[in-house]
Amino acid sequence: MKLLKCPVNGWRPLDEFLFGGELRAMPDPGQATDAQWADYVFNRSGEPGIRREWWYHLASGTWFVAEHDTLNDSFLRTYLYHAGAAE
Amino acid sequence: MPLGLLRFGLSKQYAEPRMFRDDCPLRDDYDVVIVGAGGHGLAAAYYLARDYGTTRIAVLEKGYVGGGNTGRNTAIVRANYLTPEGVKFYDESLRLFRQLSQELDYNLFYSERGHFTLAHTEATLRTMHWRAEVNKHLGVDSEVIGPARITRLCPYINLRCGHTPVVGALYHPPGAIVRHDAVAWAYAREADRRGVEIHQRTEVTAIDVRQGRVVGVATNRGYIHTRRLLSAVAGYTPRITSMVGLRTPLVIQPLQACVTEPLKPWLDHVVVSANLHLYVSQSSRGELVMGASLDPYELHSERSTLDFVEGLADHLLDLFPFLSTIKVNRQWAGMSDMTPDFSPIMGKTPVEGFYLDAGWGTWGFKATPVCGTTMAYTLAHDQEPELIRPFRLSRFEQYELVGEKGAASVGH
Repeated sequence: MKLLKCPVNGWRPLDEFLFGGELRAMPDPGQATDAQWADYVFNRSGEPGIRREWWYHLASGTWFVAEHDTLNDSFLRTYLYHAGAAE
Repeated sequence: MPLGLLRFGLSKQYAEPRMFRDDCPLRDDYDVVIVGAGGHGLAAAYYLARDYGTTRIAVLEKGYVGGGNTGRNTAIVRANYLTPEGVKFYDESLRLFRQLSQELDYNLFYSERGHFTLAHTEATLRTMHWRAEVNKHLGVDSEVIGPARITRLCPYINLRCGHTPVVGALYHPPGAIVRHDAVAWAYAREADRRGVEIHQRTEVTAIDVRQGRVVGVATNRGYIHTRRLLSAVAGYTPRITSMVGLRTPLVIQPLQACVTEPLKPWLDHVVVSANLHLYVSQSSRGELVMGASLDPYELHSERSTLDFVEGLADHLLDLFPFLSTIKVNRQWAGMSDMTPDFSPIMGKTPVEGFYLDAGWGTWGFKATPVCGTTMAYTLAHDQEPELIRPFRLSRFEQYELVGEKGAASVGH
């Protein structure tokens, strides 16, 4: 089975993780237009490439960020989220 | 080795008649360019030529005809969806499928099997009652049946099923299986006969958009002028939409399937279990064709995994314990383009002349003929027919989602 490195618990089998979607910056709900908000709610960067994703380690309850190449399924880096990471 | 095959191997001439021309030069101007020579793209080309007399059509395919998700699905067609929009749409598709072998003069092995969706919990059964009532209201044959009738119809199912006994099923007699690659070939042949050009190994590298409208497309074999472009590329859709700067809710996740070695015919029905994430039917060659739910994360790859067959075998043996000695022959994956409301995205887009037939996730093959007719209509009239208006791209910004989730046959 594929292994993924949890920033807290080290290398663990992929079974222990949950995919949480692309890491995205939320527009300010007070300032965003309806179109900007709908774009944030629904649209995604669907094309292949390296991007940041949310992952969750089920056994320890750790949310973290993984840099994932969605074309060849390799994980480049994982780290705990820090404010501003989405920018 | 049979002698005929040896002779064929040594002969310079192609022994069988070709299904479509393979030597057309690529012109620099077409009325319509269709990207993707799968079932959907070829069906759209066929109906455009048949019903609207459009013949200057090029179907561009970066691989080969039917080599994508058309040949990678589990070949099941059914109409027992949850929302009225979905039920009407897939019922029309089923109607077209029934007469398709005649229409295309090609044996598609359309075989009505009856389709069980097994429920292992009361909650699932509740959704099935809902689906059955929506179906009946729209004239689609579906009913909820109890364990006794399941056993009478298909005695091989182990209703005790490990620790999650079967409590009932949604039974849909018109559920069928079709030879999926033949659907693509037959559409290709008939479209070709009507003058449509099919260009394999022709990859779109860029789409030329000027002042908000499509004017041409660049390929690895040269530039083509066109004012109407249909994208019917399933898992490759985000790559195409990014060429015209269109944002969509599509995400790509692999969906895997496998077949066993051939067995004597024993399973007439298509059996699906939502709770076990499993669907299985027996092909006319005797192989058990099986699939599971989506891979758990986004990936643009047609790789397959051992985890998938292990999980699938585990659940299969809960339902059919006597299969424990049967071997898996092949496994593969397709790239599913998923939408948040488990419904397709069809029709016009903000880019003039750019038409989308996408979001086919795990429900695309069964919609092949109806996509052909409705997308042909859309391209010919520059307007969607009523039947597919609920599936327009703008439904997201208008917050008018279709909500088909309850009807995905396994928990996608």
